[in-house]
Amino acid sequence: MPADIALQRVTAEKSRHGAAGDFVFRHLTFLFALLVLLILGGVIVTLIDGAIPALRTFGVAFLFTDIWNPVTQKFGALAPMYGTLVTSAIAMVVGIPVAFGVAMFITEICPIWLKRPLATMIELLAAIPSIIYGIWGLFVFAPFVQQYIEPAIIDSLGQVPGIGALFAGPPLGIGVLTAGFILAIMVLPFISSIMRDVFETVPAMLKESAYGLGATRTEVVLRVVLPYTRIGVVGGIMLGLGRALGETMAVTFVIGNAHRISASILQPGTTISASLANEFTEAVGDLYLSSLVALGLILFVITFVVLAIAKLMLLRLQKRAGG
Amino acid sequence: MDTYARRRIVNGLVMTLCVAATGFGLLWLVLVLWTLLWNGVAAVTPALFAQMTPPPGSAGGLLNAIFGSVVMTLIGTVIGTPTGILAGTFLAEYSRGSKFGEVVRFINDILLSAPSIIVGLFVYELMVVRMGHFSAWAGAVALAIIVIPVVVRTTEDMLNLVPNTLREAAAALGSPKWKVIVMVSYRAAIQGMVTGVMLAVARIAGETAPLLFTALNNQFWSTNLNAPMANLPVVIFQFAMSPYADWQVLAWGGALLITITVLFLNIGARALASWSTFKQ
Repeated sequence: MPADIALQRVTAEKSRHGAAGDFVFRHLTFLFALLVLLILGGVIVTLIDGAIPALRTFGVAFLFTDIWNPVTQKFGALAPMYGTLVTSAIAMVVGIPVAFGVAMFITEICPIWLKRPLATMIELLAAIPSIIYGIWGLFVFAPFVQQYIEPAIIDSLGQVPGIGALFAGPPLGIGVLTAGFILAIMVLPFISSIMRDVFETVPAMLKESAYGLGATRTEVVLRVVLPYTRIGVVGGIMLGLGRALGETMAVTFVIGNAHRISASILQPGTTISASLANEFTEAVGDLYLSSLVALGLILFVITFVVLAIAKLMLLRLQKRAGG
Repeated sequence: MDTYARRRIVNGLVMTLCVAATGFGLLWLVLVLWTLLWNGVAAVTPALFAQMTPPPGSAGGLLNAIFGSVVMTLIGTVIGTPTGILAGTFLAEYSRGSKFGEVVRFINDILLSAPSIIVGLFVYELMVVRMGHFSAWAGAVALAIIVIPVVVRTTEDMLNLVPNTLREAAAALGSPKWKVIVMVSYRAAIQGMVTGVMLAVARIAGETAPLLFTALNNQFWSTNLNAPMANLPVVIFQFAMSPYADWQVLAWGGALLITITVLFLNIGARALASWSTFKQ
């Protein structure tokens, strides 16, 4: 029948069109997926390429010297590396317990109608751009710290023999402690939202069994929820750490940008990202510029490792949850 | 008896600490927003939107910076969105179970949290060094690189939520796969994908670090994409760190503008997302 033949021809043409379209679309999307890898590859190659002059001049010693002198063209990464690690450590010490408390409150304690608004408000802390934290830290928080918190710390902890050196010096407001504290506020929403997500994956039956045996909420969280979600919780913490290590603007405003290592966390210091933000556009000379790129390379390697570990841990939990 | 009492006290203590922690978190949100309003409102005058960034000591506004931010954010979004959507489509529709897909997904998640200042360095070496000068184009490309992972991630997540029965139904009608994706999957996932783009725009609207080494700054009105261009975040950085009171007031005004924009985008995106799940 002619109608049949017509139909056949139409479907044949359609499938031919479809095949060509499929080929094009599939490969198009593939190319863009490849682009994601190329971006990462490009970052690695350009950073290494830019860092070579500095690494060639200073060698491995670049990692272990704390001299940063643009006049004599001597550079070492120790001071900014130290600052990066110490500010992130402070952020973790302050941020993890608070994030845990928030996650526990939202998943286990608060009434259902309050869950969403509360979770949203905490997550909005992550939405505020880091430069806002910076300007707020500089004009509002640092003076407050200088006037009230640091004198109290110096008078109490600063007098304790041994650890007193950690809290010595004049109260400047601006310094490592203030930067670490602001970082803690910034990573809080990241850590708590992941904790919240993994807490939700605990089967209700497990928790109900514990409650049935007469466990208190605290016991349920600490002995059932936390062991069940351990990997995810650590993954979330690592993710927060990755953020803290690379955070730039907020730190740049309040850390004081001094290329030196002080025993006291009340004193100014610098981090890798703050050094880059402050000095990069004003750096004169190839070696200076290259040293800054080398700093960037170090930061990239550290954050890459931390974030990769975080991701692997969260993947493991996900696989288990998926069956 | 003693154990019971102790357990109850411990529980009460931990509960209180949890409430305190939540209050502590919310306190910072309120404090930051409050001081922003307090200091920023005074700076929001018609001049803020009508005049250029001034030299220290004279009056002015942020017009060139606002314009630059809008332009670079727009270009960054226009470059980053299609790229991210196509890559996300590959992950969700073509790479289920493949090794390559897993690697891309992994790398994408790392790029999502990678320090944005590293992106700035990358684009500096890639474009600024080669072109020999800072430019708005370089700034826009740096922002696009930050948009891409966000959009890839949300596109993939949203496409994964589309029920397979929809795809199968479309395929059973004889439509080729690309048509199934474009006309069925995309349509089913469109709200989620728009949410992702809004979140990405919110993210780059306040990004400072990648612009420092790429777009730099410009004190004057400039529409030349091949030259340094003013932008709100870098102007805020420069003005806030300066000792001049006029500049600091303008920095607060700019900070308020950015925060309002970012919060609106975020809340809008969330509203859109919850509305779409409600419909399902």
